[in-house]
Amino acid sequence: MADETMEEGGNPTGVVKKFMYVNRRAPYGTVYPLEGLEVVLIGAAFEQDVSMAFVDDGVYQLKKGQDTAETGMKNFSPAYRALEMYDVEKLYAEKESLEARGLTQDDLLVSVEVLSTAELTELMEQQDVILNY
Amino acid sequence: MLLHTVNKSPFEKGSLDTCLRLAKQGSTILLIEDAVYAAMQGTVIESKISEAMKRYSVYALQSDLKARGLDEDRLLNGIKVVDYGGFVDLVAEHDTVQSWF
Repeated sequence: MADETMEEGGNPTGVVKKFMYVNRRAPYGTVYPLEGLEVVLIGAAFEQDVSMAFVDDGVYQLKKGQDTAETGMKNFSPAYRALEMYDVEKLYAEKESLEARGLTQDDLLVSVEVLSTAELTELMEQQDVILNY
Repeated sequence: MLLHTVNKSPFEKGSLDTCLRLAKQGSTILLIEDAVYAAMQGTVIESKISEAMKRYSVYALQSDLKARGLDEDRLLNGIKVVDYGGFVDLVAEHDTVQSWF
């Protein structure tokens, strides 16, 4: 019974926790961003209150126009646009991280809410579970 | 003269800083993988890289720029873009490669 529940997802207990995934790394230099994204998509099946924060080099994960054809790596950036379909709709980017890298919202492939460091601090305080990738 | 390759993000690791501290004037530096982020305009390290380009010849690998969605028209002035063939040429032109990974 428990196994079936795991396979099918859903939320039989009705408990909803606030999950935040904090993404801090550039997309292709390590496998963390791709692994983190997969955890988000799997976790989305369990109907929790999920948000994703993009901080430091993590903001590069959302850069428009990624084309990995010549490198032989998988371009997983289109998956960020599919998050909405998994009811992962709360995406945040830290303003200071964007500015340090010369990026603006126009550079990003999904719309995010841009938060100051102080605002992000407050948001993190409200979470039940925080996972870093 | 050495060819220096750097592959780490300048915002996360000190590899590029160490390279810039130790590379002899006139050396060639090739930015690959996450180090290509250093080649962009408008970052907090822009002036440091522009300063470095007075002492070094700085290249960025085209396929790694493309993978990360970085437009060549937003690179710092003076950054030279090379493809894989150009990477091979740089290696062949230098006696030794120092890889700052």
